[in-house]
Amino acid sequence: MVAARASDSTAPHGEAGTAVDRVGVTNAAPAGGPLEAVLFYVVAGGAVAAAIGVCAARNIVRMAVWLFLALGSVAMLYFLLAANFLGAIQFIVYVGGVLVLLIFGVMLTTKSPWVRFDVPKRELFAAGLVCITLLAALCVVLVGTTWNSAEGVVPGAAVADLGKQLLTTYLVVFEVAGVLLMVVMVGAAHLARPGD
Amino acid sequence: MGSIGLSHYLVVAAVFFCSGLFTMITKRNAIGILLGVELVLNSANINLVAFDRYLGPGRLDGQITALFVIVVAAAEAALAVGICVNVYKNLSTVDVDQATTLQG
Repeated sequence: MVAARASDSTAPHGEAGTAVDRVGVTNAAPAGGPLEAVLFYVVAGGAVAAAIGVCAARNIVRMAVWLFLALGSVAMLYFLLAANFLGAIQFIVYVGGVLVLLIFGVMLTTKSPWVRFDVPKRELFAAGLVCITLLAALCVVLVGTTWNSAEGVVPGAAVADLGKQLLTTYLVVFEVAGVLLMVVMVGAAHLARPGD
Repeated sequence: MGSIGLSHYLVVAAVFFCSGLFTMITKRNAIGILLGVELVLNSANINLVAFDRYLGPGRLDGQITALFVIVVAAAEAALAVGICVNVYKNLSTVDVDQATTLQG
């Protein structure tokens, strides 16, 4: 009797749990169709333009602004790829953290915000040749390859699943990353201490 | 406009990689080189997430790897900015061509 009641009381609980799981797994990817294509081309065009802006800009502050746009566009690409949590993390950590850190670095290490880089023409030409050749080769290979990929709508990853995997399959990596962050925090504080 | 496939994302990542490489080669400012490194790391992340979405949906391996790449990138940026500030304090420049004190 008691056991039956216990099983009765756990049954709705279990159902509620699965319902929560189901709510978590939303169809985050837009339906594969014209809307997804339009969104992709807008976001990817912005990302590519911003990435080229980073390497074309000759002022460090402008480079940082282009990088801001590029990182934001990458977050949008993550949302299009149904990686909601990673998109949010990209905004919070990269756009909100790393970029602000880099801009602080720029402010602390430049004498004037209008310093321009003067790169020898020969070097620009050589670097451009290398990069454009590499890009062309990559594009030829990537477009020519047929991938055995899943088409259509894919359920977005639930944050709960990510958390479960982090604390089971990837537990060691997770702990090592924690130790790394602590070491880096101590090291950065040591590096930034006032000189003697 | 056809449907968006894996190769579309990989091409975007390739453009990111090449832009980052060009930035790393041509810029003389240490912080500028750091911005190029961030671009390259982001291109790797786009690849990881795209492979996760198209080749193994639901397995999350790519997303978790991308998460760790973000962690390492944040740590690297923090340390690199600290080093740059120290180099600037000692040499009053972050031009990588002029910071040659370590050369024997």
